[in-house]
Amino acid sequence: MRLIDIALRNIGRQKGKTAFLVLGLAIAVSTVVTLHSVSERMNAEVSASLDDFGANILILPKSDDLALSYGGMSVSDVAFDVRTLREKDIPLIRTIKNSDNISIVAPKLITAADLWGVRTLVVGVDFSQEKRLKRWWSVRGAFPDKPTEALVGSDVSAKFGLTLNRRMRLAGMDFVVSGILEPTGSQDDGLVFIDLRGAQFIFDKPDQISLIEVAARCYDCPIDELVRQISAALPAAKVTAIKQAIESKMEAMHRFEAFSFGVSGIVLVIGLLVVFANMTASVNQRTREIGIFRAIGYRQRNVITIILTEALVIGTLGGLVGFLVGSAASTLVSPVFGLKEAGGLVAGPVLGLSVALAVLVGLAGSIYPAVKASRLDPDAALRAL
Amino acid sequence: MHEIVFDRLSKTYVTGEEEVHALRGISLTIALGEFVAVVGPSGSGKSTLLSILGGLRHPSEGTLLVEDIDVYSLSVERRADFRREFIGFVFQSFQLVPHLTVIENVILPLAVAEVAKKAQKEKARATLESVGLLRKQDRLPNALSGGEQQRAAIARALVNDPPIVLADEPTGNLDTTTSHEIMQLLHRINREGRTIVMVTHNPENLKYVGRCIRMRDGELHSGVDPVVNVPWEHRAVS
Repeated sequence: MRLIDIALRNIGRQKGKTAFLVLGLAIAVSTVVTLHSVSERMNAEVSASLDDFGANILILPKSDDLALSYGGMSVSDVAFDVRTLREKDIPLIRTIKNSDNISIVAPKLITAADLWGVRTLVVGVDFSQEKRLKRWWSVRGAFPDKPTEALVGSDVSAKFGLTLNRRMRLAGMDFVVSGILEPTGSQDDGLVFIDLRGAQFIFDKPDQISLIEVAARCYDCPIDELVRQISAALPAAKVTAIKQAIESKMEAMHRFEAFSFGVSGIVLVIGLLVVFANMTASVNQRTREIGIFRAIGYRQRNVITIILTEALVIGTLGGLVGFLVGSAASTLVSPVFGLKEAGGLVAGPVLGLSVALAVLVGLAGSIYPAVKASRLDPDAALRAL
Repeated sequence: MHEIVFDRLSKTYVTGEEEVHALRGISLTIALGEFVAVVGPSGSGKSTLLSILGGLRHPSEGTLLVEDIDVYSLSVERRADFRREFIGFVFQSFQLVPHLTVIENVILPLAVAEVAKKAQKEKARATLESVGLLRKQDRLPNALSGGEQQRAAIARALVNDPPIVLADEPTGNLDTTTSHEIMQLLHRINREGRTIVMVTHNPENLKYVGRCIRMRDGELHSGVDPVVNVPWEHRAVS
């Protein structure tokens, strides 16, 4: 017989108490596993949808002079004829190492043109990409699907009394208004959007691009790394991360994570208190037994070993049960949180983490009772009976 | 020197505002191999004396030497080692662990000694056989009679082969016949070479001992006892 046998015998004889402790730890661990798994999935999915929502990387031609503001971003001015990006640059963006993180690439050619004698900013865009990039856009009518169709901002529409299907003349070419943007509160309200190729043609800027907006999924890849990779792929371009967009996304992503950590912390503290209360009660009930151990020559550390071995075994059981329950629960609750994919746990690390967590809580809750037991005065313990 | 030396041992308890002098400067020598009874009225200090001898209760003053070891100069952990190596305890209420079988109770002291599992069992079986309890080795304590439980407790006290056995009212919970059997067993153990110090209230038990120490109010009481200082080999013990 070894000390571990004494601990196991004690666990075996107190089946009810052991089951209660295992259950308590299992509930704590399963809560942590469920929250961890749901928050991981939620973060990934929220991140993916947020990353598609607006650009977070801006690619401009390298230029030191003059700037116009476009949607709060800095773009080259009239001097963009001097140095521009080229269409051949676009596919290069998708050749970077982390190309899987690149979600949307929206090139633009921005030119000032006369509209009924008023200088107006005309933006040539790839509408298939632009639609995905600006999900908040609400369009009356339809997005242009021909080079001769235009989408006008609400201010432009109001200023010139443009309605759907009205004709307007830009750079000597007639365009039909296929859609009108509902007010966005941004600079888009004062712009005219036409097809990129059409813009290149009528303004005689074939192959030229003023800027490229990129939406990248930066949940599992630092944005700065993506910027570095794109800069390497496009040496003639100035690649900038739009920090504000990233920070707000990261904040949204980590909000649930913080909530999960908070709840997990509370649940673990409750688990710790349950273990502490039970182990203390157990030690009090075993005063005589511990007194006997000490009287027949058990060292204080032998008594501590017995009690912590019990905690270790109970913690391991609690961790295993908690992992199984937590995995099942996370699969069950995934639809409640609107997650498309259920579970998705990496079993090995999470199992290890679950057991380690339960063992840690079990041991932490048992240290004081174990030390208290070891310090029992054996003489007093035996006399008191 | 093979002896136990109490040198001016005192033990004082403070209960509320009152000081209780359980032992008052006891000086006493017990030779190893003796069978000593400690008698006296309740509160005379005999159990305190036994606890101090067993390394369980720190005296307020004085020293205890067991085979030249100053027991209370040892650390708490080393004093536990002293108990394991030198002392076997036999209690009035047996103090067996109720959820362990007889043989497991006997093995308990060996669980923290460096003894292989197989050797543990062999030693425990041999000890149980010597106290006549081998065939009940797998029973739980509550399935045994009082006498059998005390035999199991004696086996546990002996399994580590300690030179000293301390018995606190070993027959206090037993009937006359069983008491007689237990005292015969202790007598035999003493004859095998172990020192036994026994606290008892039962005058019947004194016929088994070689020396009787009488205590009163925490002091040794000089009085004549019929069996005092009679060597065991000259005693008519059946």
